Amino acid sequence: MAADNSAAAPAPQSGLRDNRFAVRLESLLVLVILIVALSFLSPYFLSVSNFLNILLATSVIGVLGFGATFVIAAAGIDLSLGSVLALSGVVGALSVNSLGLPWPVAIVTCLAVGAFCGLINGVLNAKAGIPAFIVTLGMLGVARGLGLVFTNGQPVYGMPDPIIFLGQGRPFGVPMPVFIFIAVAIIAHFVLAFTRFGKYAQVIGDNEGAARAMGIRVERHRIALYVVSGLLAGLAGLLFLARVNSGDPTAGLNYELTAITAAILGGTNLFGGRASVLGTLIGALVMGVLQNGLNLLAVSSFYQQMAIGAVLVLAVWLDQVNRARGQR
Amino acid sequence: MSLLELDGIKKHFGPVQVLLGVDLKIDAGEVVALVGDNGAGKSTLMKIITGIHKPDGGAIRFDGADISGHSPGEIRERGIEMIYQDLALARMQDVASNIFLGREPTRKLLGLPIRMIDRARIEQEAEAMIRKLGARVPSVRHPVGKLSGGQQQSVAIARALTFNPKLVIMDEPTAALAVREVEHVLDLIRELKRQKIATILISHRLTDVFAVCDRVVALRHGRVVSDEAIANTSMNAVVAHIVGAA
Repeated sequence: MAADNSAAAPAPQSGLRDNRFAVRLESLLVLVILIVALSFLSPYFLSVSNFLNILLATSVIGVLGFGATFVIAAAGIDLSLGSVLALSGVVGALSVNSLGLPWPVAIVTCLAVGAFCGLINGVLNAKAGIPAFIVTLGMLGVARGLGLVFTNGQPVYGMPDPIIFLGQGRPFGVPMPVFIFIAVAIIAHFVLAFTRFGKYAQVIGDNEGAARAMGIRVERHRIALYVVSGLLAGLAGLLFLARVNSGDPTAGLNYELTAITAAILGGTNLFGGRASVLGTLIGALVMGVLQNGLNLLAVSSFYQQMAIGAVLVLAVWLDQVNRARGQR
Repeated sequence: MSLLELDGIKKHFGPVQVLLGVDLKIDAGEVVALVGDNGAGKSTLMKIITGIHKPDGGAIRFDGADISGHSPGEIRERGIEMIYQDLALARMQDVASNIFLGREPTRKLLGLPIRMIDRARIEQEAEAMIRKLGARVPSVRHPVGKLSGGQQQSVAIARALTFNPKLVIMDEPTAALAVREVEHVLDLIRELKRQKIATILISHRLTDVFAVCDRVVALRHGRVVSDEAIANTSMNAVVAHIVGAA
């Protein structure tokens, strides 16, 4: 944190806000500690193939986390991420599997379904004035239910080869989802940290009245942010669909919890105004490493759920402590 | 023709009539005080001029064009800036970002048709503006939330003056300031007048009003109850208008 010496010039030029590549040190530290600890605890942890595994397992959560980051930046929340992921995957799978459409349609369908769900979230929140928490909680139920209705609760098996390649292909030995994950991270970071779109998202979360007075079209922007978040949930749905070779209506259950945790852990302020995609990337890796480690140590998945919940609370607490220290 | 002409502005919020037909004219370079009791409708009237509220009736003309119903962004484009009482700053953003809020210059990314904020230019120009105003802000990279009240106000002022406005509206700019800082703001208003920039000053401090203004307009229960040249009135008379004793 910058020291409290604003009267003196020149001012300290450190701190998250000044450097657009800076990430919260605590989350990086947590990641390193986890990696070191697990290297000692498990002989299988420290290997290239296991790290690729972690990246692969993190890719879906990471992409969702980037969506959460944009929405939370503007003091919103998207609880429907996991359900929209499932609905997008299901509809994408049905489009090629039942309707017999060519494989590129599955890609477009996944993204479009996700973006459309986001659009509905955004319009209900920004135009109808329903709190984001309620709107997206409603969408969590509706999207999940719709996915189950479309498939009668059964996974839709069998994707064309190009789709399977997206999920299971390994060019240069690296899983395709990892390439997509990294590419999305770079684009999302650029948009959030370097463009007006990203700047305005954070300004809206910081002081909505000021944003409006300065000519930023707050409602329109907010809708766009939910569309981005929905679009990324659709992409996550596509990645999931491609990896397991089926559109599963129960996919991504509770993933929103992990995605939001990743964002908060990475230093994005739960109440808006400050957000970092790179931070979310690290937050998602923490979650991925944690899960991988618990798997390697043969800890029951019941405990893993508890761990995720505990980390969420811990991350928010860390954030509170940080802010209390930052205020004069 | 006047720079700004308000003609019969009406506004209600639910059953509450806030403005009941306000007429007001302001010329280029004129400094006009807007006074009135709490709830007289001053801030609402100003927020209608800046496009935050839409009027229920009446017309607004600025610089020869009808601007009724325009958005805050369009109205800023036309040359009306407001320094809000709460300053309307994004506390987690730095000084430079706040000064350019809503108007960030952009440049192409590697020659591609992708626009990114031109951060170097923003810092450079913000720096120049802060220096020009003689404001003491530690660095344009400093988050605004960590500055003192007076420094924050300097940022709000710098933002209002960076884009060559024709009219600057100030809502209680001196209410929260120390004596020396008040003098600085008053000097600034005089300087704006020299540059032919019009100012509307909302203030409860009549000493400030009589020190820098050409005219004083009193608002009471949503109506203009007096509109006099400073030279032809007195503080007692203005107070009487404000409280409705005259």
